Amino acid sequence: MFSQDRWQEIFETIRKNKLRTFLSGFTVALGILIFIILFGFGNGLKNTFKEFFLDDATNTLYLFAGRTSKPYKGFKANRRIEFKNDDLKDIKENFPFFLEYITPRISRGASVRYKNEFDNYTTRGIAPDHQYAEKTIMMSGRYINELDIKNKSKHAVIGRLVARDLFKQEDPLGKFIDVGNSVFKVVGVFQDDGGDNEERFIYIPYTTRQSLEKGNDKLDQIIVAFRPELGHTGAVSFERQLRTFLKEKKSIDPTDPSGVFIRNVADQLKQNQQFANVLQLIVTFVGLGTLIAGIIGISNIMVFVVKERTKELGIRKALGATPKSVIQMILQESIFITTISGYVGMGVGILILNNIGESLEDYFIKNPYIDIETALFSTLILVIFGGIAGYIPAKRAASIKPIVALRDE
Amino acid sequence: MIQINELHKSYKMGSSSLHVLKGINLSVEDGELVAIMGSSGSGKSTLLNIIGMLDILDTGTYELDKVLIEDLDETKAAKYRNRFLGFIFQSFNLINYKTALENVSLPLYYQGVNRKERQEKALKYLSSVGLADWATHLPSELSGGQKQRVAIARALASEPKLLLADEPTGALDTQTSYEVMDIIQKINQEGKTILVVTHEEDIAQMCKRIVRLKDGVIIEDVKVNQVLAEQYV
Repeated sequence: MFSQDRWQEIFETIRKNKLRTFLSGFTVALGILIFIILFGFGNGLKNTFKEFFLDDATNTLYLFAGRTSKPYKGFKANRRIEFKNDDLKDIKENFPFFLEYITPRISRGASVRYKNEFDNYTTRGIAPDHQYAEKTIMMSGRYINELDIKNKSKHAVIGRLVARDLFKQEDPLGKFIDVGNSVFKVVGVFQDDGGDNEERFIYIPYTTRQSLEKGNDKLDQIIVAFRPELGHTGAVSFERQLRTFLKEKKSIDPTDPSGVFIRNVADQLKQNQQFANVLQLIVTFVGLGTLIAGIIGISNIMVFVVKERTKELGIRKALGATPKSVIQMILQESIFITTISGYVGMGVGILILNNIGESLEDYFIKNPYIDIETALFSTLILVIFGGIAGYIPAKRAASIKPIVALRDE
Repeated sequence: MIQINELHKSYKMGSSSLHVLKGINLSVEDGELVAIMGSSGSGKSTLLNIIGMLDILDTGTYELDKVLIEDLDETKAAKYRNRFLGFIFQSFNLINYKTALENVSLPLYYQGVNRKERQEKALKYLSSVGLADWATHLPSELSGGQKQRVAIARALASEPKLLLADEPTGALDTQTSYEVMDIIQKINQEGKTILVVTHEEDIAQMCKRIVRLKDGVIIEDVKVNQVLAEQYV
């Protein structure tokens, strides 16, 4: 296998049959290139999906209030339900066993200004535990704390992109920004894995937001986290009890589907994970398909190459080439070409994926990648099958009698 | 050199079989130049192929240089061919992407001769057929006569005991044919045993002995007065 003479013979053959070499090399390189890119795109799709759905804490229930659809206890239908501060307290007191933390959320749009820079952002009035629900990561400074809630202080925690757009190079900590005509002091800057939109929020204490709105005690939304050890069944039971409790408290007909809405992230998570699994299955399927197509491509080329060389092989045999040396020559040549071009195709594919990065985000493909093990393994598979595909026609050609081969034109 | 006894060979053609060689007895001494003649279908090429181990016999015995050729599998045949035999074909059978020199050195590659020695030897044989200046040319750049001379050099390069030529002049014009025969005669004069299959009477007359085949049997086997090709060149 490693005789220098044989390599020289092979290099000579390769050098003098450039078109043939190019064709078979190209097939292999293209096969692996397409595989790498499709597989990478599949992973990019998965990335986008994860970012959309799997970013936030998964042990949370989102509570929304809406309008009732049935009359009950003297109340008319179509009554507007609203959450209030005492709902937070009541949930805390009634469900200590289930509860991990609870936080309200009041979302308001506002024009925000720092010096001459201004833009519209969404502010969220929240409690300190909101940080866990959103998995917010602090870059500098601190998050909203209990003292801020108690004092209704005008402190704001701004997203990375808010800081970038308003403050440019300046350090935002300790600076004052104008949020819808009230002045807030920036106490922290955060980032979030959930993507750009998540980093354009401004968090302020919910009590501050309420005092700005004539000192009311209304809440938009309540986020309730249950203890993760409850598992999915526990969460479902918690959700049921919570719904009953709130309907009772707000005087809503127990059979009314509207009024109070609870979105269970755990439920969603389960569905999403199933969807992610299907996505993974599709990616694998597409990958396998491309790989098989590549193998078939190589097999065709190999059959063609051997067929084209039948006469040459006959001449070689007449001059004293043994069947073994004929097979070895063809195999060594084909494995050499497939290995080189396979890894070239792989390299180009990985390069393309790396360069795409986030440019295809509009098409839901984010950071497409292929792990190096998969890339190497699939290239190896292609090389091995290229070898097998070469071996079968080579063996047949080697066993043809020289006179038959010589007659071949 | 060659000792053939009661050689039979038939080909399967679907359900029937075609009996091509029907009991050939032939013996060839060292240094002979034998023409095997016959019309097409007489079995002359089959006989040459069996002698050249490109084909196997059905029954009978075949000795080459006192070695009984039997139980021939492809690997064994390849080794014998490489050691004992040199081939010259009607259609030259040069490898088209290799230069004249590389073509000539190919049998040496299969003998395991190292590269440097291979090239020296190949160049020597290429010079002996007068083509040293054409060493780096591809077959497509050579004339028919030149191609056949390269093929002869290639057949000689492995220093075979026996040279087999299957219609060596079949694809050449008369003048070139004589030039090729001149070379073959000169090789023979140096002591090499040569078998030439031909259907051309004038080519046969340039050999030392003529064996005529008809319908798979030898009908005539005579020594002739060799006509030297040199006088026509």
